[in-house]
Amino acid sequence: MSKPKKRHNMSETEQIPSRRSFLSILWISLGFVALIEFIGIVAAFLLPRKKMVKTGGFGAIMDVGPADKFPKESVTAFIRGKFYLCRLEDGGFLAVSRKCTHLGCTVPWSDKEKRFVCPCHASAFDIRGEVISPPAPRALDVYHLYIENNIVKVDAGKRIKRSGFNIDQVVYVKKTS
Amino acid sequence: MKSEHHPSPEATGFFHQIFRSIFPDPLIPKSDQERRRYLLKNLILHFRPPTVPEKTLKFSLTWGLGGMAAVLVLLQFGTGLLLKFVYVPTPLDAYTSILALNNEVMFGQLIRNIHHWCANFLVLIVFLHMLRVFFTGAFHPPRQFNWIIGLGLFGLVLTANLTGYLLPYDQLAYWAVTVSTGMLEYIPFIGNRLQDIIQGGHEIGPATLSIFFAFHTAVIPLVLIALMAFHFWRTRKAGGLVIPRTPEEEIEEKPVRVTTLPHLLLREVVVALVLIAFVMVVSVFFDVSLGGSANPGLSPNPTKAPWYFAGPQELLLHLHPLFAVFVIPLILIIALMGIPYLKYDTNTEGVWFASVKGRRITLISAIVAIVATLMGIVVNEYLFDVVIGLHGVPPIIGNGLIPFALIFLGCSGFYILIKHRYSATNNEAVQALFVLILFVFLILTITGIWFRGPGMKLTWPF
Repeated sequence: MSKPKKRHNMSETEQIPSRRSFLSILWISLGFVALIEFIGIVAAFLLPRKKMVKTGGFGAIMDVGPADKFPKESVTAFIRGKFYLCRLEDGGFLAVSRKCTHLGCTVPWSDKEKRFVCPCHASAFDIRGEVISPPAPRALDVYHLYIENNIVKVDAGKRIKRSGFNIDQVVYVKKTS
Repeated sequence: MKSEHHPSPEATGFFHQIFRSIFPDPLIPKSDQERRRYLLKNLILHFRPPTVPEKTLKFSLTWGLGGMAAVLVLLQFGTGLLLKFVYVPTPLDAYTSILALNNEVMFGQLIRNIHHWCANFLVLIVFLHMLRVFFTGAFHPPRQFNWIIGLGLFGLVLTANLTGYLLPYDQLAYWAVTVSTGMLEYIPFIGNRLQDIIQGGHEIGPATLSIFFAFHTAVIPLVLIALMAFHFWRTRKAGGLVIPRTPEEEIEEKPVRVTTLPHLLLREVVVALVLIAFVMVVSVFFDVSLGGSANPGLSPNPTKAPWYFAGPQELLLHLHPLFAVFVIPLILIIALMGIPYLKYDTNTEGVWFASVKGRRITLISAIVAIVATLMGIVVNEYLFDVVIGLHGVPPIIGNGLIPFALIFLGCSGFYILIKHRYSATNNEAVQALFVLILFVFLILTITGIWFRGPGMKLTWPF
């Protein structure tokens, strides 16, 4: 009497829990899917909007002025464009970003020392934006610059990262007219 | 017996009934048994255990630091709530609203002072509390996870300070936050993305202020409350604090216990009142400054981080940012979190500095750290540029990997030396390493606060 009953019980305990555990696994995984969805919604909500992360575009090009206005070996600040217009010894132009590549402080130009010195962590850069003194890891960024009819123009919307100074970055006045 | 606590309705008046429905128990408990009951039935007090081991009441065990931190947090909630009525979280209005707070609102400057000084004290007190817990070995089981919660609370306090720092939108605020969020850029792979998310764009602006305001006034307070409750509850579940003992004494299995009310609570109230009085005095006599309105075109010289970040800032002067911002902090955080989970030779709970030998090793470690750090700073200040110039190696190696490897070798060597020279237990050796890093950090912080002048060059503070 007892033997078949036991066997019957065994089969029951094997079958029903497996169906039950399947359902509970299903529920739990559905719960996880819902949780992931909610996290996704929150994350998407908090991401910066496209408009905020704009990179230049139309209207970012600035007329900086006639090329002759800037003496050689001079640095002129353009606050609205957040850059310095540097004219090198050989007459070439470079639009150097004012933002320190170390941690983003604004670097002032020291005319006396002939270098940019960051007030935050004492990094120093020369007139071409090259690192003279660490901790800054790379040269100051530059902006796209070109000269049209002897007028210097800078695209203040397009900041270009560079590891160091390169002669190709310098723009010269074309001797045509 | 029962009718004493719950008087029958017909025996009392209507208002008495209402009163009893709010306060079912006698307001002033008279016997020890009543006091225990009272503690358990009171919503706020029931976070505390009904009784505590008598020896843990000793002031020189805790220095009242945990309680002080809790009091300061409550003061922050109170004053923060008031400030919220005046403050306007937009770049155009934030600065003027703080000016109005200082000049037009009655007690405005005082409330701001309290909020500011409490925030600063909180960092200090929580830090000291962490040291106390470490040096009395109060992280051994069953308190392991509470150490982690405590680290979380410390992180929250620092985040609260940093997010609050931006809100006045003066020069100090703007540049400190520029530098802090600038650090995120050096986290590999996700750094730039993370920076955009936290700043709400490429630069600090209206979105940054909204995000910081939301964190400062909603997210952090909520998480802080939850974690604090968890922290207190875990302390209670661990059977109270570690019982102080001398190195020779064994851990007591059945300590003498006294009722929390009045023995512990009375002491806590005294500490709280003294602390509040101190905060008030400081806030009356020392006004918090407000710099010029934020100007993105001009970084003040020198731009200094708030004092609790002066150590990391000093590290940034010497090391490549990848190491100063990412590698070293990551290693330190993992090491701190790992402290309770290491395998120790002995359980040193309740013994200051683990043992008699531990005290001597602590002193030696501190001296080694002070000498080595001072030498490092001076050598780096006057010789480093020469080295870089001579070899022309890329900065990430010359300024990052090589010094980092030297530091790492120095620390490992120190650990091995202590272990062999003094045949120390690993409790003592781990403690020695902790003290070494602690004092390096302290020296960096002190240098950053007082010995850096214009251009971040070494100067004298006087």
